[in-house]
Amino acid sequence: MRLPLPGSTVPVNRSDVPFVLALGLVASVYVFLIFGLLFAKVFYVQWPLVGEVFSDDRYRYAVLLSLISCSITTILSVWVAVPTAYLMSRVGFPGKRLLDAVLDIPIVLPPLVIGLALLMLFQTSAGVFVQQYVRFTYAIPGVILAQFMVACAFAIRTMMTAFAEINPRQEQVALTLGCTRAQAFWWVVLPEARRGMIPAATIAWARAMGEFGPVLVFAGTTARRTEVMPTSIFLELQVGNLGMAAAISIVMVTLAMLVLVLMRLAGQGPRIL
Amino acid sequence: MIRFDEASIRLDGFALEGVSFHVPTGRYAVLMGKTGCGKTTILEAACGLRPIERGRVYLMDRDVTRLAPGKRNLGLVPQDAALFATMTVEEHLGFALRVRRRPRREIAHRVGELARWLGIGHLLHRRPQGLSGGERQRVAIGRALAARPDVLFLDEPFSALDEETHAEMTQLLRRVHGETGVTVLHVTHNRREARALAELLIVMRGDKVFEGDRAAACLAELDDEL
Repeated sequence: MRLPLPGSTVPVNRSDVPFVLALGLVASVYVFLIFGLLFAKVFYVQWPLVGEVFSDDRYRYAVLLSLISCSITTILSVWVAVPTAYLMSRVGFPGKRLLDAVLDIPIVLPPLVIGLALLMLFQTSAGVFVQQYVRFTYAIPGVILAQFMVACAFAIRTMMTAFAEINPRQEQVALTLGCTRAQAFWWVVLPEARRGMIPAATIAWARAMGEFGPVLVFAGTTARRTEVMPTSIFLELQVGNLGMAAAISIVMVTLAMLVLVLMRLAGQGPRIL
Repeated sequence: MIRFDEASIRLDGFALEGVSFHVPTGRYAVLMGKTGCGKTTILEAACGLRPIERGRVYLMDRDVTRLAPGKRNLGLVPQDAALFATMTVEEHLGFALRVRRRPRREIAHRVGELARWLGIGHLLHRRPQGLSGGERQRVAIGRALAARPDVLFLDEPFSALDEETHAEMTQLLRRVHGETGVTVLHVTHNRREARALAELLIVMRGDKVFEGDRAAACLAELDDEL
């Protein structure tokens, strides 16, 4: 399915050409940079090392943990994002502005600080109590929680845009036809919001995949335990193994592209591309 | 019967104070007024989509001031039809009965009846995307009438239609009213539409509502202003 690009076009006259060219010039600098990055990566990479990413136990573990943790994070993020975004876009309540600002905190907070704050949270008595049953610090649930803290904020923003695009009149009509708010949500709004869930899931997945700071601080870098792909890249860079770092990152790039393509095939593609 | 008794409705920017009017059972009333004067707000308040601060609203002798929209037994046709994007025409026509958990056979029968009546039988498996303006409004009218409401509210239902469809839909509404006997409140700013359909005229001027002779006088004054 071909997606309409945002905005609508306005005809360009001959006299507008220099202006449009100037816009194009600025845009092309950025686009060339993007392609430059991708090409540099592809040319620099030593392909036998890419094979090693899949044959070596340690790297394979990191790839698998990345894929599994990102998928769980994505599902959790969409689960939380749909009700939260609906509440924010359709229900009026005191303190809404404040909550709106709070939801942005994970987006604006430096990632390392989020990791540190998570670490501190689990030092409190409530945190220690939870840890008696599920271990978070330096464990796999910690990887997922660290990814979720940031990914969910992005999923919520994306879902809020999706709900804002749905005409509230439809819900109002559903109410007059005998629905309760809950029925109007399940039968009328949610089926339409499905289209918005795909971009929300994509952006949550992409954020989770790239999450590094909080994971590093909160879950650690123990090989075959909490090592995800960004951690592997970081560790390889630290010991000066640029080749291996590049090989792992090319696997990440490929996976990211694959997910974007799959999401596009799944129906309405993500607007972020 | 639709009755507003000194009702005050707050809007984002201003408030409508002391709105009173009365539409007897089975009559076709047209509510007119300039764009932005609060006609839609009155309709929303009647449907329970906007709270009434003071005063009372009655539908069919029942005080509905604090009643949930779904319990008022009414039908609403909004300006843009507001069809459900993911449902087929058939699902639209059966929606109100499905919500009321009516048996499947009854729903199928009612959907068939409405589709024949509104001339949309060939569209039953289509979704709203790609329907013409007239077709969308027919579906919206069918959806609103499915559960046999006591009252039908229409909010500028023809504002986006071309001349020919406009005439066709006016005919259709007259037929709907004649055959169902439903009490109608139709909001519009179109004189011709009002003249063709109104048995009863209600005019909003400033933040006041006028009925009967005073409404006709108001309309004449509005005409002069324009």
